[in-house]
This record gives sequence, structure tokens and C-alpha cells, in this order.
Amino acid sequence: MDASALHRITLPQRAAHALRTLVALLACGIAQAPAAAQSGDIDPALPARLSDTGLYRASSSTQVRADVLAFTPQYPLWSDGADKRRWIRLPAGSAIDASMPDAWQLPPGTQLWKEFSHAGRRVETRYIERTRSGAWRYATYVWNDAGTDAELAPARGIAALPVSEAPQGRYAVPARSDCTACHEGSATPVLGFGALQLSPDRDPLAVHAQPARRDDVDLPTLMARGLLRPFDATLLQRVPRIAAASPTERAALGYLHGNCGHCHNRSGAGVPLQLTLAQSARDAAASRTATLASTLDIAGRYRGTPLLPDSALIAPHAPERSVLLARMRSRAPHLQMPPLGTELTDREGSALVERWIDQLSPVEEPSK
Amino acid sequence: MKARPAVPSFWVVAVAATLATVVLTAAPLAAAADNPNAAKVARGQYLVSTSGCHDCHTPFKLGPNGPEPDMSRALSGHPQSLVMPPAPQLPPGPWLVTMAATNTAFAGPWGVSFTANLTPDAETGLGQWTLKNFTDTIRTGRHMGRGRPVLPPMPIPVYNNFTEDDLEAVFSYLRTIAPISNRVPEPLPPAQSTAAK
Repeated sequence: MDASALHRITLPQRAAHALRTLVALLACGIAQAPAAAQSGDIDPALPARLSDTGLYRASSSTQVRADVLAFTPQYPLWSDGADKRRWIRLPAGSAIDASMPDAWQLPPGTQLWKEFSHAGRRVETRYIERTRSGAWRYATYVWNDAGTDAELAPARGIAALPVSEAPQGRYAVPARSDCTACHEGSATPVLGFGALQLSPDRDPLAVHAQPARRDDVDLPTLMARGLLRPFDATLLQRVPRIAAASPTERAALGYLHGNCGHCHNRSGAGVPLQLTLAQSARDAAASRTATLASTLDIAGRYRGTPLLPDSALIAPHAPERSVLLARMRSRAPHLQMPPLGTELTDREGSALVERWIDQLSPVEEPSK
Repeated sequence: MKARPAVPSFWVVAVAATLATVVLTAAPLAAAADNPNAAKVARGQYLVSTSGCHDCHTPFKLGPNGPEPDMSRALSGHPQSLVMPPAPQLPPGPWLVTMAATNTAFAGPWGVSFTANLTPDAETGLGQWTLKNFTDTIRTGRHMGRGRPVLPPMPIPVYNNFTEDDLEAVFSYLRTIAPISNRVPEPLPPAQSTAAK
């Protein structure tokens, strides 16, 4: 209906139209947030406490069990400045199917944990388990004030948990649907644990990278322990490394891989956009090419809008016209990227990507 | 004979418009026969027609009997050509939402939302979507299953009651309808409830 037609509608007609639509709106429950669709109940099928998941030794909330392996990805996800620790446990006698370096298949019974802290206070530990049936399940546990244990959070999460040590004094615990939104958009639900992220050739310019801990496992140690099958010696002879024209580009592509690649990839499980931000351990040159081909000078949905009228996903040498960077820096709910798991712009990460875009030549060839 | 009150007659028009939506989309139901895929598509068509999808995703036009869904643009979302002026500013009080005459644009505390193009157009609709993209969107309440929250008035809580089979049926039906090229505007945040291009 165009505007002129609108003016021709008589008042009773408009009233009927409005009434009908309002009825529809009421039926829609317009004031109800999407998260309300999820049950807020505690799932009785999940362990009620973190201590029940088998992470820690008996009577300890700090010492992990001997068969729990720590790891530290080289390109971490930005989580509003939280400090993070990560662990994995494989069932005894099992190994990881590493035939696809970019999508390790973890055996049923595998457990993973990620602990979030602010200013030394443990706030939350997230948990992923591959059940004996092969399905994945997700949970998150909120630490008590004494730091002695953590309790299972409601399936709908906690929008603003008061945590004085966290930015702005509050902390968002994700909903169960948020877990799947991030973790089920790539070839494997386990993020940050793969050949590229655990490569011993760690990127010295990676943003927010934590140094590997003494007891961490990485690609060589997993292979040495026989935990990766089949054993692929070429991965040690030529360790995974992002293909890049410069150290800045390497770090920027790594940042996008760690923060965006779990949704923007070519696995078929990600979002239905022709945008690839995941890098490959198997074929680094090809994944770089795919990233550049899907971003440089590509008109996005925001070209022609008041927000960014003359924009491209990445406008080489023009960060101010690059939608990717604008959305990284935005925290407006409609625009921000990543869309969840963060309420604060990552200034350091954004600055890195801005430097990289600024360095790009306007005539950069994706096949370079 | 005493004239009938005016307002109820318009309710008749509105009900008729709703029925027309169902009737106009009902034809292929008879084609289901014994073909499982056809049965799935028919089931999806039934769900789409009875679950209010057309109410917001098919633009309304002014017909001879009043507003009615424009089935030539069935399920194609807010018309690209309809550039909305700034949403009216409501005074403080219980009024919360304003909407376009097409029933495809809505302004409220969340900003301005525009209904999506559900046709299988590759560039502007669901042409590149997989079934998983679709079910993830309904299950998570997030755009494309992973992005920003799907905005009001999309009744995600209601549609979360669909079973997996229901959602597959709906998606299967949506793959069969005519693709319509119509690039729906991006939503506007509250502070930017101005003209949308």
C-alpha cells in the first residue's frame, strides 16, 4: 500500500485495519523477549553443580583431575575482558578423530570447560559434553561468593548478574539457546580447540592472547600422547599458520577467525551469507583467499542506508567505510558483532582490524 | 430497514480478508496425495496459512472491500519500495506500538522492525537458507539462527511450540512459493527511527 492509497482509506476502514492488527499484535506477545521462549527451569538432566561434572579433584574447587587437560587457543574470543581458562577431558583410551584438521571430531564422553573470571574472581564456568549417544549438551555454572562451587544456571540464563568486579558491575550469563547459537554454526561445536588454534607457531601479535601455561596441551603434545588419530606427521613438519601478506594481516585474520569464524564459515552450518572469516589449518592460502573474496569491496546490506551509504564489508584502505569494522565497534543490539556474548567493544581488536584495513591497497587482489 | 452499524461491517471485512488469505493459499493442499514430500509441503502450507504468517509477511493493500493481503507479494515482507517516514513519537502512557498500513513495519521501544522476505529468492529472501538456518532461527530467536534478536512482533515464543516436523514442513512449503525479489530494510534502533531506505 503506497502513501497515497493510505490517505484514501476512510477512517472506519483504517480503524478496522488497526484493530485487526492490534489483535494480531496482542496474540504475538510483542512485549515478550525471545529469550522468554526458553524454559527458565533448571534442567534436572544436567549436573546440578560444577563439582558434579568431574572437573576437580575430590574436595577441591581449584585442582583439576589428573586426566583433565588444559589448553589455550592462540586467537581467543573477546568476552568483555574476562580472564579465561579452558580444559578438556577425553574418555580413557579414546582419541580425537583428526582426519579433518579444521574440524576435529571428539569422541562421545568428551567434556570441556571454560572458566570466566574478572579481577581474580571466578564468575562462571561453561560446560560442553558429548554424550554417549553422540549428541552435545551445554550448561553453565555460576560460582558462589565463597568460590567453593558453582551452581547450574537457568536455561534462559541470567541477563545481569551483579558482579562488582565485572565491567559496569554486572555479568551476563548466556541462555542455553545462546550456547547453541554460537557453538552449532560450524563444522564442530567445539571452538578454540583445533589444529590452528593449538598450533605451536603462536602469533606474537594475537590480540588478548594469553601465554600458554606450562601444563597446556597443544598440537605437538596431543600428537605425542597419541590423542590425535590418524597421526599426520606433516602437521608437525609444517605447523598450521594463517596465510597473510603481513604480520598485521595474520593477526587480524586470526582475530576474525577466533571471534567471527564460528558463524561466518563455509561449513554449511553457519549463517546463510557468502562471508567467510574462518581460516583453515589444512589450506591456509585458500581460506585467506575466501575471506578476501567475500569481504573486499563487497557491498553489504548496509550500502545505501543512512548508516553507511557508501560502504563495503571491507573497503580497502578505508576503515571508515567498512561495515565489518563498524559492526565490530557497535554495541547497538541491531548492529553489534559478535551479536552475543559481549556488551563492550573490543577496542584493541577493533584497532587491529582497522590497521589491517588501512594497510590494504584499494587494488588488493583476493588471489594474492 | 434500519442500517447496520458501521464498525461491525468492517470487522466482517477484516475476517473476510483473513479467510481470503487461507483460501487463496489453499489450492495445493489437494495435491498432497500419497507423496510424502507433497504431504509435507501441504502440511507446511496449512501451518503457514493458519499460524498468522501472512498477517505480517504479506503486505496489505487497499482492495475494494478494504485492506487485504496483496497475494501478488505473498510472504515477501516489507516492500522495498515503501520508504517509511519517521515513526510517530508516542506520548508517555500505555500506547506502545505503531505500525504501517501494510502491516509490515512496526515501531516500538525496540526501534523499527520490518518483516522479512520469506520467499526463496536467492538474494533477498530465504534462497540460501538451509532447514537448519530456519529451525535455528525459531529455536534461538536470533536472526539467521545466530545473529541479533528477532524483533517484535515476530511471535517467536508461539512458534517455539512447533515441533521439528512442523518447522520442516513450514520450511518445505516456503521453498515452493514464488521467489520475489524484495530487499527488506535493516531494522532501525530506537534512536534512529527515521526514514528507512
